[in-house]
Amino acid sequence: MLVELRPEPFEPYHELASYQESIAAGQYGATAVFVGSMREFNEGDQVQKMWLEYYPGMTEKYLESIASEAMSKWDLLDVLIIHRTGEVSPSDSIVLVAVWSGHRAAAFEASRYLMEELKSRAPFWKKEQLDHKSRWVEHNTPAK
Amino acid sequence: MSSQTIQVRFFASLREQLGHGEVEISTDSVETIADVWQRSTDGKQMPVNTLMAINMEYVEASHPVQPGDEVAFFPPVTGG
Repeated sequence: MLVELRPEPFEPYHELASYQESIAAGQYGATAVFVGSMREFNEGDQVQKMWLEYYPGMTEKYLESIASEAMSKWDLLDVLIIHRTGEVSPSDSIVLVAVWSGHRAAAFEASRYLMEELKSRAPFWKKEQLDHKSRWVEHNTPAK
Repeated sequence: MSSQTIQVRFFASLREQLGHGEVEISTDSVETIADVWQRSTDGKQMPVNTLMAINMEYVEASHPVQPGDEVAFFPPVTGG
């Protein structure tokens, strides 16, 4: 299990391939991957940049606790969470969640659980830079 | 950190509205998280949906506080 915050851009598929080398080949039958990226528009406005604030200490703690929860709720081999912080540009990856398990049901369900828990509990806040002003994103979109 | 104080932290839009991200308050007659808010913001109205944490765990406004605690207030989270 690995949870990391990244102040610099990261390439999710490279991270995924690299981390997967640490998991015993032949042990997992399913890998579910979610990548969240920054859009260049939100609520009808062009977004130039975004600032991702977090609570050092608490953010890592919550990401680790939701990863541990997923490991105990489902029969998983491993969990990887990488989340960006700081100044983010359109098309940059914001979050990578990957889950390895024996069968697909656990991988699908656990990855969904991890993303929903991360979105509702992990202390991150987004501030968008528009053409002529900036604004805090007030809430995340609902899961469904 | 002194043993008779509480460290208070504010994040995101709350930090900007209050003009500071961190303040230390005395624990005199401060018993709950709600008291910490009152003392650290000079009695400002707490925005609806404000989230609260003590020592990096979510709690409700009625939760008791002790000297040496770190208390944080922040708006709804928007990561991912």
